Amino acid sequence: MQGIFDKYDVGEFYDEMFSSDGAVRPHYRQLLERFAEMDPADFDRKRALAERTYLNQGITFTVYSGDEGTERIMPFDLIPRIIPAGEWSVIERGLVQRLNALNQFLHDIYHGQRILKEGVIPEEIVRSAKHFRPELVGFDLPNNIYIHVCGTDLIRGADGAYMVLEDNGRCPSGVSYLLENRQAMKRVFPRLFSRHAVRPVGRYPQELLAALRHSAPHGNPDPTVVVLTPGIYNSAYFEHSFLARAMGIEIVVGPDLVVENKRVFMKTTKGLRQVDVIYRRIDDDFLDPTVFRKDSVLGVPGIVEAYRAGNVSLANALGTGVADDKVTYYYVPAMIRFYLGEEPILPNVETYLSAVASDRTFILENLPRLVVKAANESGGYGMMIGPHATKEEIEKFRAAIIADPRGYVAQPVISLSRSPCYVDGAVEGRHIDLRPYVLSGEKTVIIPGGLTRVAMRKGSLVVNSSQGGGSKDTWVLDEGEAPC
Amino acid sequence: MLSRVADACFWMSRLIERAEANSRVLDVNIQLMLDLEDGNGSTARQHWQPILATLEDQELFNELHDGITGDAVMDFITFEKSYANSIVSCLSHARENARMVREQISSEMWEHINRLYLYLHSGASRSAFIESPIDFYRSLVDSLHSFQGITVATMTHGEGWQFLQAGKFLERADSTSRVLDIKYHILLPSGEQIGGTVDSTQWMAVLRSCSAMEAFLKISHGHVTGWEVAQFLILHDTFPRSLRFCVDQLDASLHCISGCDRGHFSNDAERLSGMLRSNLDYATIQPIFQEGLHQYLDRTQLSLIEISNALVKTYCTWLDRT
Repeated sequence: MQGIFDKYDVGEFYDEMFSSDGAVRPHYRQLLERFAEMDPADFDRKRALAERTYLNQGITFTVYSGDEGTERIMPFDLIPRIIPAGEWSVIERGLVQRLNALNQFLHDIYHGQRILKEGVIPEEIVRSAKHFRPELVGFDLPNNIYIHVCGTDLIRGADGAYMVLEDNGRCPSGVSYLLENRQAMKRVFPRLFSRHAVRPVGRYPQELLAALRHSAPHGNPDPTVVVLTPGIYNSAYFEHSFLARAMGIEIVVGPDLVVENKRVFMKTTKGLRQVDVIYRRIDDDFLDPTVFRKDSVLGVPGIVEAYRAGNVSLANALGTGVADDKVTYYYVPAMIRFYLGEEPILPNVETYLSAVASDRTFILENLPRLVVKAANESGGYGMMIGPHATKEEIEKFRAAIIADPRGYVAQPVISLSRSPCYVDGAVEGRHIDLRPYVLSGEKTVIIPGGLTRVAMRKGSLVVNSSQGGGSKDTWVLDEGEAPC
Repeated sequence: MLSRVADACFWMSRLIERAEANSRVLDVNIQLMLDLEDGNGSTARQHWQPILATLEDQELFNELHDGITGDAVMDFITFEKSYANSIVSCLSHARENARMVREQISSEMWEHINRLYLYLHSGASRSAFIESPIDFYRSLVDSLHSFQGITVATMTHGEGWQFLQAGKFLERADSTSRVLDIKYHILLPSGEQIGGTVDSTQWMAVLRSCSAMEAFLKISHGHVTGWEVAQFLILHDTFPRSLRFCVDQLDASLHCISGCDRGHFSNDAERLSGMLRSNLDYATIQPIFQEGLHQYLDRTQLSLIEISNALVKTYCTWLDRT
């Protein structure tokens, strides 16, 4: 009766669509009714339609092999992930709370350092953070906002409770997939949306532009805002140009900009034009070869001087990488209590710091059962999943932890929740996470849902696109509408 | 508009026009060969040699191919990735430029050029070429014409569009001059007269390469001579591929970009385009033939290069220290 869902096995995991006894969860009931009518041939046709759209639009990343790059699309699964209104409102409050605390933390460590002085976070942890920029201490930002765009990765464990896996406060990417996935779903399953009250996501670029304009120096009411990209060969270039188009602003590369008299200008056909706000998609290290990496050809010489003179705003601000540090992550719940006097709404994943002697002993004794992460890597790199690791990998990480205890953290293996995904003619469970995008401007704004990333390989827990991950559309249902 | 973006618009447009010109020339040359075939191998060489002679990179061809055959020349000009002006290279680079200015051009333009790129890099394009080269080139030209239509209909006719126009007409003027020059390199078989059947068949091929056959016949009363064809393709005032028309449009776009009145100039690009334009406006065909058609075309091509360099310097690289 249920067609492609006939042989679906919930397995030992928290399943987004079915409870452990195999009953469909109420907010997925209608979707199941629709999909149950479909056979694999229908589904393959729909999927080919979606994939062709991505390819023709050039929503691709390049995989290099030999002398020529081939363009691939990020795998897209057509079965949406659905979040009921009540669940979302808790997530939303938790994310706002978390980003407020992180912004206050950044302001604090670049000013009075109260949280260090009061011993809530050991001073050494911040001082030794790879992305802490002591030269920015005492520097004031418009509205005290450091992280304008935050990508917070959420996961659900065996009991279905949401937890924060990490905060991405530098240049989180992926939001264009969120928006394009919705477009693709509307094209492929137009009638599904009229049966569900799905909250729209399309206003993200306007909200982003508002947040960027809000960050302009000296409260300039009509700032010139640009997107700074490393260029067309960057794997996220599609997203950079997508956002520039959707915001109606220029996209620039480093050589388009020049600094004169501590002001940033772009080179136009009509001469130099001053730039006020830069949504930069280049990491701190590559931004200014006169200050950071000398070999960077992506950056703009002198831009940091202009920034420090208060003549240009950068989003995200310089020095936010310290909040991405996985050791800092450990202290976010403490920050929430310290700055806001509230209990964290979204908990962290249980984390052990190898910088702390007792934790280190525990980590080294339990490596095959833990996930070990380098404190300053992202994109699924610098990570070991104990139960899936070889003996050599485990020993490699053991040596690395002993050599640099500050550089690693460990967490228990979380069996991420699974969502039904269409794979080779049938539906199977795959592990997923959720990356909502949180914008800090005049107020904190979150587009309903986020990017649901899928570990497409059977059994895999790694959802990053650089590691073969895919994505699916994420539906937040509207309040007041009965989900079934 | 950003200088880099202006540069990318200009070159994207030039490369698309160049790919179209290549497709036309190859299409017409296949047909010409079929018309004049005498089953003798030396003819093939005679027909394809002049096409090669107008290319800048004959050495690369000689490195890659043992001899001049139709297949070798077509493959080189169509699919050779190491040849910068092959159709595939032109469209790959045009797409790269389009990607760079993705937020300036319309989504329809981008998707069209992207689809064409994906097609040319797929097996389907090879099979279509093998099935019928003539159909293959025609469908390419069709697709590039669609791109022009999409551009006119979907892109804001602002500064970026003017750079596209400038690139298109500059390249088109250059292409028309090269097509005319191909005839200079074609040797008439011994015994054939200037103005004879073979000669006029060749001139008709030149016209067809510029889609000018029908327009030409309307005013020529059936005479197809070198003199009249050259006059038409160089000096006609409203035919969209004549040198004069193209240079006039180029000059108009340059003046739109700067806002300077026509007949005046505010930079070198405008000064040079204005000079070439007034030369063409007041020229007659007799002195051109007196100077020598080949020499005249050569000189015109040099002027176009100067205009292109001046445009790039004025708008795109004005701040570069090199």
